[in-house]
Amino acid sequence: MKNILNNINKAFDHRIRLGIMSILVVNEYADFKTLKELLGVTDGNLASHSKALEKVGFIIVEKQFIGRKPNTKYVATKLGKEEFKKHVEALEKLIKGK
Amino acid sequence: MSSEDYLKDITEIKNLMNRSTRFISLSGLSGILAGTFALIGAAHAYWLVTSSARGYLILNGRIFNLVMLDMILVFVLSVGTAIFLTTVKAKKNNEKIWDATTKRLLTSFLVPLIAGGIYTFIILQQQRYGQTGALMLLFYGLGLVNASKYTLGYVKYLGYTEIVLGLLCAYSPGLGFWYWVIGFGVMHIVYGTLMYFKYERK
Repeated sequence: MKNILNNINKAFDHRIRLGIMSILVVNEYADFKTLKELLGVTDGNLASHSKALEKVGFIIVEKQFIGRKPNTKYVATKLGKEEFKKHVEALEKLIKGK
Repeated sequence: MSSEDYLKDITEIKNLMNRSTRFISLSGLSGILAGTFALIGAAHAYWLVTSSARGYLILNGRIFNLVMLDMILVFVLSVGTAIFLTTVKAKKNNEKIWDATTKRLLTSFLVPLIAGGIYTFIILQQQRYGQTGALMLLFYGLGLVNASKYTLGYVKYLGYTEIVLGLLCAYSPGLGFWYWVIGFGVMHIVYGTLMYFKYERK
């Protein structure tokens, strides 16, 4: 049991952070608007949670301009994908172990 | 956290993965209607050709133009109802009709389809009419299989069915009309009904 709990990642211990990762592991990238709509969160909420994921190196945030409009792209890193996979596997084990 | 919370997490993860990659609002009903239009169009074309003085189809005659008009009408009506019913369903599901997912869905569907359409046109120019039915079925099937990873599961099986029918049709070009009727008429009704009962009638 303790072993499994070690794989439960603190960085994913929030619904929005978990949501951001879920979308980014199956998509090449996602922009701010797409994430916001899929998760149903406010701008500020999304910004702070994505910053938390960026800090631990699970995602990369790319800011660029399309024409004159600012556009923010989110991409999951290799580390982020691996950690997310471990986290999901741990969740599954916890459910089955019950 | 209790195990119920973990289960909720997993469900949420799955849900987001699906919603961010798959367009789920394809209308089964529009498949049924497209199949029905195809059957009516084919029956009308069949009647036109068999009741004409010649009894078979030649290129550039009056009957040929009517049959072409028939096919264009079937195509426009089918695409029109598909767009309309899908938009309605997307609104109900709170899904966007024009976003990254639908763009991906359409590109992966249209690339094989347009390539196939141009190829079929070239084959017609070379007067190899017997193969056109097979080519239409084959490329339509390839488009469906290619697009299926971005939408509901049944689309893949419809695609495989069309590919098999296309190959059979290529093997016996004389029966091209009947394979076309099965592929574009009957199969749309069959898969449309399956999708309708699985996803729409609740």
